[in-house]
Amino acid sequence: MTAKLTNAQIAWRAAQDIPDGAYVNLGIGFPEMVAKFKPEGREVIYHTENGILDFGEAPPAGEEDWDLINAGKKAVTLNPGAAFFHHADSFAMVRGGHLDVAILGAYEVAQNGDLANWSTGPKSVPAVGGAMDLVHGAKRVAVITDHVTKDGRPKLVEACSLPLTGVGCVTTVYTSLAVVDIVNKHFVLREKLPGMSLDELQALTGAKLVVDGDVQDLLVPEV
Amino acid sequence: MGPEMNKICPSLEKAVADIEDGMVVMIGGFGGAGAPIELIDALIGRYKKTGSPGSLTVVNNNAGNGAVGIAAMIYAGMVAKMICSFPRSSDPKAFTEKYLAGEIELELVPQGTLAERIRAGGAGIPAFYTPTSYGTQLAEGKPVEEFDGKHYVRERWLKADVALIKAERADRKGNLTYNKAARNFSPLMATAAKTTIVQARKVVEPGEIDPEHVVTPGIFVDRVVEVAEPKQEEALLREGAK
Repeated sequence: MTAKLTNAQIAWRAAQDIPDGAYVNLGIGFPEMVAKFKPEGREVIYHTENGILDFGEAPPAGEEDWDLINAGKKAVTLNPGAAFFHHADSFAMVRGGHLDVAILGAYEVAQNGDLANWSTGPKSVPAVGGAMDLVHGAKRVAVITDHVTKDGRPKLVEACSLPLTGVGCVTTVYTSLAVVDIVNKHFVLREKLPGMSLDELQALTGAKLVVDGDVQDLLVPEV
Repeated sequence: MGPEMNKICPSLEKAVADIEDGMVVMIGGFGGAGAPIELIDALIGRYKKTGSPGSLTVVNNNAGNGAVGIAAMIYAGMVAKMICSFPRSSDPKAFTEKYLAGEIELELVPQGTLAERIRAGGAGIPAFYTPTSYGTQLAEGKPVEEFDGKHYVRERWLKADVALIKAERADRKGNLTYNKAARNFSPLMATAAKTTIVQARKVVEPGEIDPEHVVTPGIFVDRVVEVAEPKQEEALLREGAK
């Protein structure tokens, strides 16, 4: 069993690539953790699709205002310069190409950039929220995820088997083992854990990992 | 309306008195933020007393939480169909049980598409193209067209008979402001319904809302009821409301 990054470390790695001045949407759940690891000295403005730009951290327990929540329905606070807007404006920001980065979770990502992250099949009540909107419009659509499922199956695949969220939409995948860009319908390996050989990583990946230039060590501090 | 326009309605009961069986009702709110609990309660009260209005189609982002608001409408048996993006919540039992038993219909719409369909309904735009849902199950059966090398799905407008809206301030001409992120779908829904019914925390004199700060202009509003201390759905649930 190879060592792998924790969820917090995956979130840390993704946060390093958010540029100064970026407008960013973090998907609900795991991606929300990315905000915690924003590098010092960069100003990032977070968008939440229910209608706030520039929200801040959660308030202390007992000081929540339940009219001031994020898309995950958690209480938030406002930074100076925050703005409220209705849902049509909010999704104009999304689809209209105004966000710089969207960071989402995934069940599966295909080598052509297809993403499956909203439905595990017909067994439960279907619910999509803003997932299908968020994959369109942001300049970078990044995914953070474990490299394999809980039972060890690859999450980076040739073609998604689960219902799609969007077609050809993902640009970068940060996993527990590697950083992979999607270029011309291929997974291009940018970074991998230093303790791991390319063959070992390929064996845990459901589609061909293309090496194009240097593969850097994926180095993440304890966080 | 007489010599002076006055949209103020004296009671919640009067405000919802003419909502009929089978109507499409848009209800503002995202989770608990912006849920017009008192208007919903008045509607449920009428249904329990008279058996009407039933067989409603409800449009909201969600499908109720716990046993208050839209969940209480579902438990009461007055909802035939939900049009929403995310019929899950911390306690989605009301909807889930009826859905799995085949007793309530669901039209699942991506959140941004839901917002834009409502906006289009209010703006007189019968259809539009969006990249959202292209190539997915939710685009099945919908026309697709290519513009500048990219594929888009055609979506229809969404209109309602009635919208139930929670506002912060209102004047007798129907101008509205909202509280923080409780705004969400409400300004869109107010435009897309034949009759828009508002509960406002405070009714003020015309002119007290700076015209620069009006979020929903009064032309979109039909009735306003003052509810000075409105319940907040999320706060109710956290207090353990049943």
